[in-house]
Amino acid sequence: MTFAAVGAALPGLLNEHLVSILNGLAVGMLLFTMAVGLSLIFGLMDVLNLAHGAIFLLGGYVAFQVIVGEGQSWLAGLAVAVGFGAVAGLALGGILRPIRHRGHLDQALLTLGLAFVLSDLATIFWGSDFQTIPSPVFLQRSVEVLGQFYPAYRLAVMGVGFALAVVVYLVVERTQVGAVLRAAVEDRAMVSALGINVGRVMLAVLALGTALASFGGVIGAPILSLSPGVDAEVLILALIVIVIGGLGSIPGALVGAIVIGQVQSLGTALVPQVAPFALFGAMVIVLAVRPEGIFGSR
Amino acid sequence: MRALAPGRAARLVQLALVALLAMAPLLLGDFRLFLLTEILIFGLFAASLDLLVGYTGLLSLGHAAYLGVGSYATALIAIHLTDNVFAGIAAAVLSSGVVAAATGWLAVRTRGVYFLMLTLAFAQLLFTLAITWDSLTHGANGLPTPKPTLGPGDGGGALDGGTAFYYYALVAFLIGFGLLRAIVASPFGRTLVGIRENEARMRSLGYGVARYRLAVFCIAGAVAGFAGSLTVQHSNYMSPSGISFEVSTLALIAVIIGGRATLVGAVLGSAFVFIIRDELSSAFNEHWRLVLGVVFIGVVYLLPRGLSGLPARTGLLSRRIQTTAGGSA
Repeated sequence: MTFAAVGAALPGLLNEHLVSILNGLAVGMLLFTMAVGLSLIFGLMDVLNLAHGAIFLLGGYVAFQVIVGEGQSWLAGLAVAVGFGAVAGLALGGILRPIRHRGHLDQALLTLGLAFVLSDLATIFWGSDFQTIPSPVFLQRSVEVLGQFYPAYRLAVMGVGFALAVVVYLVVERTQVGAVLRAAVEDRAMVSALGINVGRVMLAVLALGTALASFGGVIGAPILSLSPGVDAEVLILALIVIVIGGLGSIPGALVGAIVIGQVQSLGTALVPQVAPFALFGAMVIVLAVRPEGIFGSR
Repeated sequence: MRALAPGRAARLVQLALVALLAMAPLLLGDFRLFLLTEILIFGLFAASLDLLVGYTGLLSLGHAAYLGVGSYATALIAIHLTDNVFAGIAAAVLSSGVVAAATGWLAVRTRGVYFLMLTLAFAQLLFTLAITWDSLTHGANGLPTPKPTLGPGDGGGALDGGTAFYYYALVAFLIGFGLLRAIVASPFGRTLVGIRENEARMRSLGYGVARYRLAVFCIAGAVAGFAGSLTVQHSNYMSPSGISFEVSTLALIAVIIGGRATLVGAVLGSAFVFIIRDELSSAFNEHWRLVLGVVFIGVVYLLPRGLSGLPARTGLLSRRIQTTAGGSA
């Protein structure tokens, strides 16, 4: 196909499936808020935090309580939830500390146990019905995008997700803190020998990662609705994202999130008959070509 | 370790266990015997997973795929061809071994979390295939299968009643389990442990690490298919839920709780998981996840080597195969 032909086909595809593409981007950016923390924590600490999905869900519930339950502002709900996420990360650091010299399996089992406990506690407190946070009032309208109307809130989620990706990338790649972080990923013992408290760096990354997951739960609540089971669903999607993108890579998490968002949304719209296979099929294809993910390195 | 030589003590315990299993129909009621049969079959499946997880350090989250392929192969043979158990087993072992080879070929090139996710992906794809391929599997409705028979031709030597099937399953379990034990004791099994402990060294010693990984993946898949065949022969029914994510995680949990790289731990863990599931579902109904989560956390903190590490901890028996806590999984 020539460039002209592609150029001619593209507007048709865009018009017909614009909403699918935009929905895919919104879901993708939500997944990114989960995946980036998961990936950074794994890269730095070698811990696969299977409680990440539970923290996403709990963050949403906490904000739901503040905004819908207590009638506070959206910003207050977001702030409380992010604070909750950070505290949860610090607590997780304490819980993981006694077993930090054991293998992946023990850490995975421990965080999975925590995930079960947390999600059951969430069901005890908030029940198993769908709960949703209405989007902020100033975003409760539609915006015209390329001739079609689209909810402003979802566009805002996309914008926030991209901004987050840029900020995290710049912090990790361009600041002194980021340099310490990257060095610790490469060689923990060496960084520690230079007099830097690696334990504290890890704790900070853990708190940042879980705060981001909690943040994702809040901004995702108006789109996904909160209910038991969302935690596991989001966790598996985020795991697929970081495996496709390459563990420990921020650009990888972003690309993986966008790919999976589109597979979920545009893929279903274009080829509905293979939709049930698309998610894991995409992952198998990527790993068959690149066993370490798109941005992963050996 | 104290009065008895460790090897002899272990053998005595083994003999006592087999004798106890042989007498089980005399001691247990119908319901418990059914549960014990389930535990033996699932224990064999979990032990085949231990070959990957415990001995080779390959953390599979999709082992139910091969159990499920074996189950479907047996179910389809029983429905369309013959209800002879040996035909069912042969079809199961062969087909799950072939599927394990086809998927393992891709999976063993990856490591760690990638391997975990790829095996999960294969299992989920097969699960979806089983649901959507309605003409073959009847989708989510599942396939009822005829009762298995031992003799040649249809209906001869039917495995009727719980006791007859129990003894059949016990013999099958002992054969499968004995095979796994022979494998881990062989030079091949020692090589697997070497790969788990230090892959680079094994590579530099000239071992074709990838080939060993693929071989063990196929063996584990074939034994899982064997267990899948027994599962269908026992329940006389197969549906996609037999390949589900829950089955894979349940086996992984059994291996971890029982103790990795012990084989017998996988069976103990299966017993623990099945019994706790039955008890919990009645005692705690919807909050079983909470209890299960607490059990996981407790196992990680208090029982780093699982249930089968308990005797060693208390100094009753010395373990024949020393494993580092955690391994390199």
